Amino acid sequence: MLSNIAKKFFPRSLWVYHCNSGSCNGCDIEILNVLTPYYDVERFGIKLVASPRHADVMLLSGGVTRPTLHLVRKAYDAMPAPKLVFGIGSCATGGGSWFDTYNVSGGAEKAVKVNYFIPGCPPRPEAIIYGVALALGLVDKKASPMEMKQVEFPIDMYQMNKAWEDRNVIYQLLND
Amino acid sequence: MWLTSKIKQVLLVLKPGVVTLKYPFEPRPVPKNFRGAPHWDHHKCVGCGACSDHCSARTILVRDLCQELRVMLYDASRCTYCGKCADICPEKAITMTERFELATDNREDLTERLELFMLTCKRCGRCYDMENTNLIERLDMKGYRYDNLEQRAFIRKTTEQFDEKMLKKSDEYKRPTKVEA
Repeated sequence: MLSNIAKKFFPRSLWVYHCNSGSCNGCDIEILNVLTPYYDVERFGIKLVASPRHADVMLLSGGVTRPTLHLVRKAYDAMPAPKLVFGIGSCATGGGSWFDTYNVSGGAEKAVKVNYFIPGCPPRPEAIIYGVALALGLVDKKASPMEMKQVEFPIDMYQMNKAWEDRNVIYQLLND
Repeated sequence: MWLTSKIKQVLLVLKPGVVTLKYPFEPRPVPKNFRGAPHWDHHKCVGCGACSDHCSARTILVRDLCQELRVMLYDASRCTYCGKCADICPEKAITMTERFELATDNREDLTERLELFMLTCKRCGRCYDMENTNLIERLDMKGYRYDNLEQRAFIRKTTEQFDEKMLKKSDEYKRPTKVEA
C-alpha cells in the first residue's frame, strides 16, 4: 500500500532531508556515499535538500537521544503532508546497543512514525539504495520472519506426564 | 579560453567512462569477509546460550517455555552485525551470511525464532543450565533465562520495563522434579 502511495504522490522525484539524531556519523557517511557519482541516486531523482520544508522524505539516522527528541519531532512536523521517514542503521531501527540506556529513547519509532527500516551498522550504500528502491516499488522485499523448530513439542506434555505419574501407584510407593 | 578547458574536461571524463553502478537492477557482490545477517542452523544448535551472553546489543533472547523447550529469539532490529555470536558458537551453528538487503517496512520481518528441544540429564533430570556468576549482573538482572520475549528485552530490576508480575512468575517457576529412586 505504501509503495502505491509513493508511486501516486512522488511520480518523479524524492527530495530527502537528512536528519542526524545522535548518530555516530557512520550512517551519515554512508548516506553521503550514496550521493556520489559511483552510486548516483540522482538517477532516481533523489536530491538532498537542506530544509525539512522542502523535503518529501526524512532520512533519520541514530537512536533518537533525549536532547534531540523534540527537535526530531519539530523537523517531522515541518515537512509537508505526504511524507515518508526512513530509519537508517541499527540505532534508528531498534535503538542499537543503547536501546535501554537513560539518555536514548530507543529507536526512531519512539519519536516519529517510521515507514521503512534499513538495518545495518552502518548499512552498505547498496542497502540504502535498496531501501529507497523498495519504497519506489522498483524491487521486491526480501526479508521475512523465520521460525525454525527442532521438533514439534506439545506444551502440555509436562501436565500429561504429571497426571500419568499421579495415576501410577509405583511413584507414590517410591515417595513413601 | 573557456572552450578549450571544456574540451579538456570532456576528454578527461571520456577516459574512465561510466562508473555508476546499475545496482538495484543488477546484483552487486559483497566484498570478502563481509558480515551480513547471521543465520542460525537449528540442527546444529545445542541451546547453550553463549551467543546471547556475548551479544553486545543484547538482541538474542533465551526463554525456557518448559523444561524441554527452549526458545531463542533473534531480533535483528538492533543487531550491529559484529559477528561475536558466530565466533563464540561452540557448534558453529551461526554463520554470517552475505545477506544485506534487509530493508523492510515491518520490524517483525527481521526476527529469527528457534525452538530447541533440550535433552535432560539422566542423573539430575535437568536441562543444561548456565549459571550467571557475575555478581553485579546477578544483582541487576533476573537471569538470561527469563528474558521477556514480548518486550524484546532482558528483565532488569533497574529499568522501567521491569514487570513485577513477570518477576513473580519467574520466581515461582519450579522445575518439575523427578522422584529419587
